[in-house]
Amino acid sequence: MRNLTTLDTASASIPSGIGQKIPHESAERHVAGSAIYVDDIREPQGLIYAAVIRSTVAKGKITRLDLTPVLHAPGVVTLLTLDDIPGITDIGPVFPGDPILTSDIIAYAGQPIAVVAAKTERQARQAARLAVIEYAKEPPQLDAEAAVAAGELVRPSHQMQIGEDIDLALSSAPIRLEGKMYVGGQEHLYLEGQVSMAVPCEEGGMLIYTSSQHPSEVQKLVAEVLHIPFNRVTVDMRRMGGGFGGKETQAAPWACLAALVANKIQRPVKLRLPRIDDMVMTGKRHPFVNHYRIGTDNQGRILAADITVIGNGGHSPDLTDAIVDRAMFHADNAYFLSNARIQGHRARTNTVSHTAFRGFGGPQGMMIIERAMDDIARHLGCDPLDIRKRNLYQAERDVTPYHQDVDYAPLHQIIETLEESSQYWLRRAAIRDWNAKSPVLKKGLALTPVKFGISFTVQHLNQAGALIHLYTDGSVQVNHGGTEMGQGLHTKVSQIVAQCLGISSEHILVTATRTDKVPNTSPTAASSGTDLNGKAAEQAALILKQRLAEYLAQTLSIDVEQLRFADDRIWWTDTDSKHFAEVVQDAYLARVPLSATGYYKTPKIWYDRTQAKGRPFFYFAMGAAVSEVLVDTLTGEYRLLQTDILHDVGQSLNPAIDIGQIEGGFIQGMGWLTTEELVWNPDGILLSNSPATYKIPAISDAPPIFNVALYEQPNPEATIYHSKAVGEPPFMLAISVWSALRDAISSLSDYRISPDLDTPATPERVLTAINALRFAAKEAE
Amino acid sequence: MQFILNQEELTVENFAPDTTLLEYLRTQLMHRGSKEGCASGDCGACTLVVADPSPDGLTYRTVNSCITYLGSLEGRQVITVEGLSSSTGELHPVQQAMVDHHASQCGFCTPGFVMSLFSLYKQREQLTQQERLTREEINEHLGGNLCRCTGYRPIIDAALSLSTQPDAFTEQTQSIREALLTLQASAQTNVPQPSLTASSAFFHSPTQLSELIEWLEAHPDARLVAGGTDLALDTTQQLKDIPKLIYTGKVAELKRIEVTDEALILGAAVTYQECHAQMKMHFPPLAALFVRLGSQQIRNQGTLGGNIANASPIGDTPPVLLALDAELRLVSPEGQQTLPIKDFFTGYRQTCLPKAGILESIRIPLLDPADVFKVYKISKRLDDDISAVCFALRIRLDDKGCISDARLGFGGMAATPARALHAEQALLGQAFTLEGIQAAQHALTQDFSPLTDVRASAQYRLEVAANLLARAVHEYQTGTSLEVSHYA
Repeated sequence: MRNLTTLDTASASIPSGIGQKIPHESAERHVAGSAIYVDDIREPQGLIYAAVIRSTVAKGKITRLDLTPVLHAPGVVTLLTLDDIPGITDIGPVFPGDPILTSDIIAYAGQPIAVVAAKTERQARQAARLAVIEYAKEPPQLDAEAAVAAGELVRPSHQMQIGEDIDLALSSAPIRLEGKMYVGGQEHLYLEGQVSMAVPCEEGGMLIYTSSQHPSEVQKLVAEVLHIPFNRVTVDMRRMGGGFGGKETQAAPWACLAALVANKIQRPVKLRLPRIDDMVMTGKRHPFVNHYRIGTDNQGRILAADITVIGNGGHSPDLTDAIVDRAMFHADNAYFLSNARIQGHRARTNTVSHTAFRGFGGPQGMMIIERAMDDIARHLGCDPLDIRKRNLYQAERDVTPYHQDVDYAPLHQIIETLEESSQYWLRRAAIRDWNAKSPVLKKGLALTPVKFGISFTVQHLNQAGALIHLYTDGSVQVNHGGTEMGQGLHTKVSQIVAQCLGISSEHILVTATRTDKVPNTSPTAASSGTDLNGKAAEQAALILKQRLAEYLAQTLSIDVEQLRFADDRIWWTDTDSKHFAEVVQDAYLARVPLSATGYYKTPKIWYDRTQAKGRPFFYFAMGAAVSEVLVDTLTGEYRLLQTDILHDVGQSLNPAIDIGQIEGGFIQGMGWLTTEELVWNPDGILLSNSPATYKIPAISDAPPIFNVALYEQPNPEATIYHSKAVGEPPFMLAISVWSALRDAISSLSDYRISPDLDTPATPERVLTAINALRFAAKEAE
Repeated sequence: MQFILNQEELTVENFAPDTTLLEYLRTQLMHRGSKEGCASGDCGACTLVVADPSPDGLTYRTVNSCITYLGSLEGRQVITVEGLSSSTGELHPVQQAMVDHHASQCGFCTPGFVMSLFSLYKQREQLTQQERLTREEINEHLGGNLCRCTGYRPIIDAALSLSTQPDAFTEQTQSIREALLTLQASAQTNVPQPSLTASSAFFHSPTQLSELIEWLEAHPDARLVAGGTDLALDTTQQLKDIPKLIYTGKVAELKRIEVTDEALILGAAVTYQECHAQMKMHFPPLAALFVRLGSQQIRNQGTLGGNIANASPIGDTPPVLLALDAELRLVSPEGQQTLPIKDFFTGYRQTCLPKAGILESIRIPLLDPADVFKVYKISKRLDDDISAVCFALRIRLDDKGCISDARLGFGGMAATPARALHAEQALLGQAFTLEGIQAAQHALTQDFSPLTDVRASAQYRLEVAANLLARAVHEYQTGTSLEVSHYA
């Protein structure tokens, strides 16, 4: 740079620091159709398209594989089979078990066998259907309980315990209850399906564009399958059209396959899964089978609990170990279990390998204790809210089954505030009256709390890096290890940097996540995106701020402490200031380095898995929801009439984005518990394999009355501006809908019987529950 | 083939007849604002707006571009998300409202939502300028757009905030309308049409019924396409090549809507949307069914004739038409015939449509004031879902309050849409009370042995079918709706 650009220092600064409801950084591009997703990138010259040939049986062996018809199909350029892979062939993210292609053993229906590449996407996909594959079929294992009984596990079982003799505590409790329930899985149904584009580079390297929550893992695995050093692979990830956990580990296979084909023929390759392939070939939220035995006193206070959760891992470990752990960590939800044993099993079955999904096992674990709360209430003839409140963590009753202390105060305040604002008790009375007069339609009401632990339970993942450049026009480029999937991470990070530097976020650009800018990153998962990357970006911004301040203070011969960064300017008195961009230019000329990296690791956390003791979570995010439903007892159909939510985000970085996460998480959770039904046939073939047969909530499912408020108390822990993570916790607020459905059904027994209601609670399951409850009520008479 | 893309007249030559609009936009024109979410018309990410000349302006209707054949757009205007903002980048009011209400998160579904809102905006502009949208209208128009991130509340708020003012499209309405009419006229005179004997591949749009029949006769291997909402799945999901397509959408005889003293007569290529108002007026209980039939995008494309001639056991209009004793007029090279719809379905996706024949129109007798008519759709989700059971009931009561005539049409209960003949018999002479329907409820097991599938079990279907009879009685006795959808 011989001369510097002319600066515009006149325009007004737009307030965009923390706490502002600024729009998503891409909002204008989203609505204009100009936001670019992987499939929208202009393809390089000579690109070819790949399609995956997959197994059509769930278990067995390939006895004949004839790909000649595929190779001879119109437009076909090349084929890729296991033999073509120069490096590793098992891409299991933590433990082995995920062969990238198979030529022999089949462990699930949809398992990739080979890849075909052709001149057009349609040709590749048509050719893939021409493979001739014969199998020696075996009966698949699809039952998680049977798998556990037979010792078929993807990972060893684990146990947590608090208190000495659980069985004694149980047998001596005045009231003993038990229950079992099936909790269904969930398809992510991110609107943008899995997609990767691989472009060969020099030195045998590869540039990968992928829709992934974990670019560093994609980089590692691509390098490993190609058998090249990591430094030859760069992964670029601008944005995803939704992730929800489905692109944490399971975006990598498609990037690896694209890279392998690209490497084989030295041409750019794109692999985009058609929706049905995506639904058949990628893992889902783990289905669970949970069981509880509980002993309470005569007020319904839990004295002892014996809880077993079984996660259906599918054919391989993937992330199942940590997911079942998290289910166990949340089997208490918001309630103190003085004597408790929590066991977790990881079943191996012949389905696709189940994976991360918003909540990461937490929601499945919580279901069992929320079920127990309703069951205790019906048994005692109490309102379920009273039982829940009686069992909440509180003074002297504030240690979890894994021996972490709980700051219980927010839970009590949230529930009390919500009870009042939603008029829970008035509505409870009104609903009883309404139900008494309505023979066919019945209403139900429930308030359920959420306490969700924040931090990766794998300690080393709790770190992040960021890189900030100041340019001589005063514009700022920020890069960090987190990925943008719609959650507003880049917007929040931009606000954090804006706040730090006292500038408007319009001068800040958060660029695509790239492994060559910030290395060795963790997945954007566990709700940790802002906590980790926001802190790292703040660190980098503080370094730059300090350098500018030191430089300016020196030129003015004042103390650094006198300087104030605000409104796009740097002030040394209330009236004297210089524009931020001018200071940057001056600093450049004075040879001050204008680029910095930032780094953060979460403090205080530890967990000793051998003892099942520790502090796995830096803090807990909390919230509560009240939902009211209307049920048709003739058909099992229902509607959600009203939901009121109060949720704890600490000090909100951006209330609009936080409310968006809460509402979106709630509705997604409601879908999981109501209409989203995964159906496999007895051969292990997924029948609910498209949005025609798998029904996520649509617009009419959003409740007509939907009040969402933030419980804005700063996080006592030193998180970024004392905010709290918000991605996953609100998902579990939807348990209120399921509990309200049970409440409506229970009304048919005058609230004496607590109905079994497995999830998803489709209209059919609701009607089945109604029939069973009526039968039981008759028997009781 | 010529059409207008946003403001620009485009000529497309030599396209594969089964090219979809989305494929053409994304891969040929590199217009990548419209997204592919499912390629099956189920998610709405690819939603675009098609404008057609109306008597005094233009109608703006959404379509799923992933299942719309390019050839069906001849002489029409296609508006994409790229065409909404001004050339200087100023956002359209619907786009701005989405930004202002934080209505996008990942943004992948957003272009589709924007286009659905845009069509709603333009329809409002033409109807009642002053009124704000209602939640019901918003649900009706956006039920086919899935969002996995927001939970819909901010999108609903964006829609509720709109007050329709004339926009950049308003001033161009007449010029576009004239341009479209000119294109349509020249398509018939100037553009070389494929010849009848052409054999390899074509997308042909006959304008007369006789021409259509000639083409069907000359090309027994051609596929007839109306709305294409089902056939296009052969292209996008089965990956079948369909080289010969004959399009019904321009045949005037197939588009007629006629009301006589006795009946409503609808051409087979009339879309759900086009007959919605008449259906609602003459058969009020259909109002609730029609907004749940597919999505708005599907209702804008799908035709009554397609729903019937497809003979799918889960189409939602056949049970209704069975209950209403509709008659079908079939035309073939052999001549015409009229037959009751109950005789039309012969097996799973089988009909008695003659060779090279076409369903020309549907005649639906109007209700008698003494008729009780009820329609219920049971599915997992309220919006855009396929029925587990669809049920239509029409009974006539004599002056003693006894059932003198009964029609029970069902979908989802058998290999074809079917009447419950035993149950109908069992209703005759009974009072329309819970007691009076008991025999009919039991008789349903004689009429049907439904399947268990991804939507529901056989047992649930049978139980619900019987319970829906009870619901009809409850509603008849109390005069109030028992459908939970009416309470939200």
